Amino acid sequence: MREIAERALNAAQLNGASYADVRIVSLRTQSIAVKNGHVEALAEDSSRGLGVRVLLDGAWGFASSSVVTLDEAAAVAEQATRIARASTLVEGTAVELGPPEVHVARYATPFEIDPFAVSLEDKLGLLLEADAEMRRVKGIAVTEGSMEFVREEKVFASTEGSHIEQQLLESGAGIEATAIDEAEMQTRSFPNSFGRQQGKSGYEFIAGRELPKHAQRIADEAVALLHAPHCPSTITTLILDSTQLALQVHESCGHPTELDRVLGDEASFAGTSFLTLDKLGTFSYGSPQVNIYADATIPGALGTFGFDDEGVPAQRSPIVKDGLFVGYLMSRETAASLGQRSNGTMRADGWNRIPLIRMTNINLEPGDWTLDDLIADTEDGIYMAVNKSWSIDDRRLNFQFGTQLAYEIKNGRLGSMLKNASYTGITPQFWQSCDAICDRHHWHVWGLPNCGKGEPIQSAHVAHGAAPARFRNVRIGIG
Amino acid sequence: MLDQDEARRITQKVLSVSGADQTEAVLLAEDTCLTRFASSRIHQNVAERNAQLRVRAVSGKKVGVASTNSLSDDSIVDVTHSALQMARLQPDNPDFRSLPEPQPLPTVSAFADPTAQHTAQQRAQAVGVICRLAAEQSLVASGAFTTSVLHVVVANSLGVFAYAPSTFGDLTTVIMSEDSSGYASASAVDVCAIDAESLAKEAVNKALESRNPIAVEAGDYTVILEENAVGTLLTYLSYLGFGALALQEGRSFMAGQLGQPIVGSNVSIWDDGLDSSGLAVPFDFEGVAKQRVDLIRKGVANAVVYDSYTAAREGKESTGHALPAPNTYGPLPGNLFMQTGTSAKSDMLRSVERGLWVTRFHYVNPLHPLKTVLTGMTRDGTFLIENGTITRGVKNLRFTQNVLQALGRVRMIGRQSKLGRSFFGGIRVPALLIDGFTFTGVTEF
Repeated sequence: MREIAERALNAAQLNGASYADVRIVSLRTQSIAVKNGHVEALAEDSSRGLGVRVLLDGAWGFASSSVVTLDEAAAVAEQATRIARASTLVEGTAVELGPPEVHVARYATPFEIDPFAVSLEDKLGLLLEADAEMRRVKGIAVTEGSMEFVREEKVFASTEGSHIEQQLLESGAGIEATAIDEAEMQTRSFPNSFGRQQGKSGYEFIAGRELPKHAQRIADEAVALLHAPHCPSTITTLILDSTQLALQVHESCGHPTELDRVLGDEASFAGTSFLTLDKLGTFSYGSPQVNIYADATIPGALGTFGFDDEGVPAQRSPIVKDGLFVGYLMSRETAASLGQRSNGTMRADGWNRIPLIRMTNINLEPGDWTLDDLIADTEDGIYMAVNKSWSIDDRRLNFQFGTQLAYEIKNGRLGSMLKNASYTGITPQFWQSCDAICDRHHWHVWGLPNCGKGEPIQSAHVAHGAAPARFRNVRIGIG
Repeated sequence: MLDQDEARRITQKVLSVSGADQTEAVLLAEDTCLTRFASSRIHQNVAERNAQLRVRAVSGKKVGVASTNSLSDDSIVDVTHSALQMARLQPDNPDFRSLPEPQPLPTVSAFADPTAQHTAQQRAQAVGVICRLAAEQSLVASGAFTTSVLHVVVANSLGVFAYAPSTFGDLTTVIMSEDSSGYASASAVDVCAIDAESLAKEAVNKALESRNPIAVEAGDYTVILEENAVGTLLTYLSYLGFGALALQEGRSFMAGQLGQPIVGSNVSIWDDGLDSSGLAVPFDFEGVAKQRVDLIRKGVANAVVYDSYTAAREGKESTGHALPAPNTYGPLPGNLFMQTGTSAKSDMLRSVERGLWVTRFHYVNPLHPLKTVLTGMTRDGTFLIENGTITRGVKNLRFTQNVLQALGRVRMIGRQSKLGRSFFGGIRVPALLIDGFTFTGVTEF
């Protein structure tokens, strides 16, 4: 691989590139899905290729191929330089990358049990056991379970002298029960929605979820939701569980702090950001209880790695400190435009995509409440858990979320189960209304394996740590 | 490029080395380029060449799938054996019947040489036109220009062999001022049909006309939805309920409604992969010929689309709507059409006393799939209509709307349709004038 990488870099330079990097990536994915007692999908996918990114006359070009040979590496590099020359036909500011990043290193995800060494019989057995538990519950129409395992081996090399080899491992699993009657359909998931909970980890991550143990409970809840009262439409106090809060952080903090969005690079697709440059260091994003940070080093978290896809080391950096907006997620190019260094957030979805600024693990720091005390302290409100739907505007201000489960809170106690719960708000107003966050015992990191961005579209595996939190004067029950 | 002989050689290799009871080989080869621009300069410019071979192996009533993007003989043998190994390691699926038998396949015209030969320089020149027109009005341009060549090949051990090359071009642009934006897009098999200058002018005009937007209250409005906005609603509708798997599981809004009116009688929606005014495709990912399926006929829920698995469950024939295996979504429409009407957009506009003109929607998601309640934002050109004319740009709004109910209040339908993209293929729809469309929130821009 080293020889192929060097061939690509040499060819890029010979064809006029002032900077080039190459990624050679091998990806192996095992996907298992069961539904209603049968195996619905069992697949083993592999993909391998190389991608060369070049800077020529201050403009980017990128080319990629599934053929990994010396000759193809040179051809792809030459194609990338031709594409970069075409980019210069439209006049623009020359790209600057800032100081060199030179690292020679190896990194591998720590794990206990290699998920690819665990038998398919064991994996299917676990899912079908959980599936059977859910199907025991009368009123359940559809039961589903899935697992996914990913091994990514990649080599990154650059004309600045970096050579980094990484082996990243992921394991994920989840179950879901759907109850349907004439007019209603309700779904409950465990451990989270989005199909599964996933982490940078070995098979021990799956065993730790205890899927069969929770199966009947979620099925019972799905059936109960069919006949539960609707979430009322009102303005009230809202407590979000950590899974829903994780997605709240993702949509309303993670995305608007991507500096490429702020600078307009995503304007034609996902949009821009309300966190404009003038707000850095001056804007009150949330209440003083709100502290948010990015950290690509959290063990086992889905957004953890050794080096990003520009060869910058994984690191922790603050985003919101005591409610004040203090930091962006950056690349080398965008950081240089602010006179800063990249904080290592560039990742590409495979060998055939360029790296983009992606969330790593974006986390809300815990507070000091227990959940029981928080509910007891709330006279009147709603507790919502596990995301069902999400939507936000193209500057990340107006959002609306729906959750699978909700309970009314009356006089400090959880009351009736409620269905079709939803809430809406404007991002900074919402976070400024946060007046309590639960403690570290309630803090969990939730993997989000399907964050979409870019053209052509890319899917990133990210994560968010959060503990339940309370927000005041929130509009709930929309539509 | 992947010629038919090479495609046959690769897929025949799979079939010849497979020890499964039945075997399917799906080969997807693509050559895709995309030039992306923002802040009126080209900031991302990419090219990809890839070929993926997916093998589905059937052993009794067990099915396993394996894929690779290496087309060496060794890799072909490995992936074929891996698929069978996957199959043998699981219990029977009693619902599985068989891979499809061969049948006559239609041909469609879906390949244009100009698209296949389009260069990075040509894409850059088109982008340059857009950026120049934006700059002339002190506006900033962003967007993406894609050209793609795709070869789809399906072969199976029952005798199916299907080969279809196609091309695709797509240009989108968002042009922005300090407080407004406008959007325009075009999709076509032949890139020559895409007029960058015309798109630029459309987006520039929208950005100029929506400057200094005012805030309007949330509430129910008469709306004129441009084709992009209608396409988004229809794309989600099809994903939620036009497939047989959702119907069989009771998750589709069509469940229990076939033969019943579910939208206005002026609304008809169908899927037709052979219609060359869409992004035509002759067969599905099982090599079954595409059939036209009338999903909603004059307001009445009529049919859903099938693949071989869902069809076998009901003793029916596949309609040619399979996705690549393994497919947990079930069959889905990939070539949607909505019936045009007789109204010019100018006539629609004149008929509105007070309402909103919507260019497109953003980040739409279902709140309640069975009731077809979607939510999302307006974007890139939202205008107030007063007494038959567009008077002001407005700040964007959030809608929360039961889509079937909205399609029951369609007062006027555009006489022309526009081609766009859905999740799994093409979509061609007209503009619609709808009464009582519900907006539940507003944003700050």
